[in-house]
Amino acid sequence: MTATTNAPPARKRSHGDRAAPPAKRRSLGDLKVAMIFIAPATLGFVVFYIWPTLRGAYLSFTEYSLLSAPKFNGLDNYHRMIHDSFFWNALGVTVEYVVINIGLQTVLAVGIAMLMYRLTKSITVRAIILAPYLVANVVVALVWYWMLDFQVGIVNTFLGWVGIDPVAFFGDSHWAIPTVAGINVWRHMGYTALLVFAGLQTIPAYVYEAAEVDGSTEWKTFWRITLPLLRPVLVMVLVVTMIGSFQIFDTVAVTTQGGPINATRVIYYYIYERAFTRFDFGYASAMALVLFAILAVVSLVQLRLLRARESDLA
Amino acid sequence: MTLSRRTLLKAGLAALAVPSLAACNNGATARGQGEVIYWLWDSAQLPMYTECAKVFHEQNPQYSVTIEQYGWNDYWSKLVTGFISDTAPDVFTGHSSKYPLFAAKGQVLPIDEYVAKDNVDLGIYQKGLADRWIGADGKRYGLPKDFDSEVYFYNSAFTEAAGISTEQLNSMTWNPRDGGTFEQILRRLTVDSKGRRGDQPGFDKDHVKVYGLGYSDAGGGDGQTSWSWYAAINGWKYSEGEPWGTKFFYGDPKFTDTIGWWRGLITKGLMPKYAEAKSGVDVTTSFGAGKYGMTPNGSWMLGTYGQLKQVKTKLARLPIGPIGKRMSMMNGLADTIWAGTKRRDASWAWVKFLGSQTAQDIVAKAGVVFPAVAASLPAAKAAFAKSGWDVTPFLEPVEAGDVFPYPANPNAADVTAVMTPAMESVMSFEADPSSLIKANKDVNQILSVNS
Repeated sequence: MTATTNAPPARKRSHGDRAAPPAKRRSLGDLKVAMIFIAPATLGFVVFYIWPTLRGAYLSFTEYSLLSAPKFNGLDNYHRMIHDSFFWNALGVTVEYVVINIGLQTVLAVGIAMLMYRLTKSITVRAIILAPYLVANVVVALVWYWMLDFQVGIVNTFLGWVGIDPVAFFGDSHWAIPTVAGINVWRHMGYTALLVFAGLQTIPAYVYEAAEVDGSTEWKTFWRITLPLLRPVLVMVLVVTMIGSFQIFDTVAVTTQGGPINATRVIYYYIYERAFTRFDFGYASAMALVLFAILAVVSLVQLRLLRARESDLA
Repeated sequence: MTLSRRTLLKAGLAALAVPSLAACNNGATARGQGEVIYWLWDSAQLPMYTECAKVFHEQNPQYSVTIEQYGWNDYWSKLVTGFISDTAPDVFTGHSSKYPLFAAKGQVLPIDEYVAKDNVDLGIYQKGLADRWIGADGKRYGLPKDFDSEVYFYNSAFTEAAGISTEQLNSMTWNPRDGGTFEQILRRLTVDSKGRRGDQPGFDKDHVKVYGLGYSDAGGGDGQTSWSWYAAINGWKYSEGEPWGTKFFYGDPKFTDTIGWWRGLITKGLMPKYAEAKSGVDVTTSFGAGKYGMTPNGSWMLGTYGQLKQVKTKLARLPIGPIGKRMSMMNGLADTIWAGTKRRDASWAWVKFLGSQTAQDIVAKAGVVFPAVAASLPAAKAAFAKSGWDVTPFLEPVEAGDVFPYPANPNAADVTAVMTPAMESVMSFEADPSSLIKANKDVNQILSVNS
């Protein structure tokens, strides 16, 4: 598997082929029926996504305290954001969270998926691995909050038995974000592993057989065959989990609420605080829009850099 | 294509209209004119208010009350969304930290006219309580229902083992230099992992088993259950023009000295490090697990401490400070009417009833909170005594008038946003108490921009 071929459309362009002639205009005869079929989904999309997004975009140019009418103030909110140290701190904290969360989670998920793929295909094992994902976020956060309590938590009791001093998981500003990230890794890694596992099953057995014939070691096979062929699935998983990761909110809301000091004031929590406890809805909308832009750019960059549309298996 | 777009738009608008219509139904037409919806957050108080609603309905058959209870956090966010979507409850329990903003935004109904019309006697309440509900604009926004103050809850098994008498605990003194006899008692109460006490030679302050003093957080801008009384007996005031502060004094040496002493307890090993205190579920759980000798807290926590079965809890007075007396914050709740209610008369009738002695006697007998009506207080005292509490330490400063109000402010949320991280930085030794001068500037900046 040394030769890598690109998927047809990209190759055509890279070879300077002329673009395909425009397809004939299709008759609009099916339009009405088509409209009926897509209407329910479109309705939901417009009402719950498009409209709130447009309204949010509009509100980001206003001063709006929720309880009185919005007042247009141009780019003031964006200007304020540049000088708001809390905003920059929130972005930094969020990025720290995403790096720890996605990094750890992806490595663990691929590891678990590989173990499942190589050792067992038991449905029971899959179900157990998925179990944390089935527990509600808030419940997971609360249970861990209790277990990680400095003085009465079970985790610190265990640490005490093996001679480690108790750790202030949520209270220490250096530990708080890794702790929150760790909890979410615990909850999501099983689910992510299943996605990766599904990806592994799409890799045809003959490439492994070929590798075995060539005398490749397990380690080499993983790096040279499994990972490259898994790339399209991994990119999809990365994009989806990273967008979710940027939107970390509930774990913080039920445990540290932004503290200690500003250590866990992630961007979503800061937006929430501004909007619903400080009634600064215009400013909150502006930050939400910036977050939207950041996510769009991050996703695009990921798709580009990792050539998500191409498979090495062509 | 234009046709279909228009159809889409129409469909979208129609879909938007559905929830708002439904909301109208919930809010206005489905209920009768005399049916009041009332919200509170304390589940422990639900039974007695249900009882109040029954008596109210018997006395006023034309009115009835439906009570809904939500936990503290849900309560406020639901209330705000209720204001926006026109579905807020007719009457709701208000708090000093929240109502000024709601009042400033025109969401709370001023009741001056009703009070004047019905000749409501405001003299029946504990001194000063009724006036807390006069807003910055001079209008009255609620009738008081209860009040609270602070004391030390101590583990009596620990104090006995330490040889500290009840008299010593109730006559503590304090100053910001050496902490007075209060700090001596904390030293005696603190025990390290080898069983040595804080005032004994060889005390290991890095391996403490029982801390003399527990605390739940850095106190933010009010320090209600953490530092407020030390600062007050050191002669400090929150702001110019209490309680409607226009200029705050968090940079005052009287305050920074107090905080400097308070966090010094951490260095001395008498109080847990900030990270450790914050990493707990809450301060009462740790107290219940026997990790603290004493913890300051408010009277609304009596029920929670009463449920801690592994420890025997008693109450001690706050210390006497440099100004020569004890002081406690006195805060309280009131029932307020939503400005958008369609049932003003019914709502007012319910608020007036809850502010009456009839209702507050019912509340008092349950022994959960202190009623605002002075004449109902003995019943509450008796009820608390029945559950084993001698609540005198809470009531003394109130009876003597040695109390100060919660720092109410329409910008409370913004002030908190500055003061909470600032105080946390100081308590975790990432900044010095002098950094509060800068925080104070930020707070006053917010106030001057918003006024």
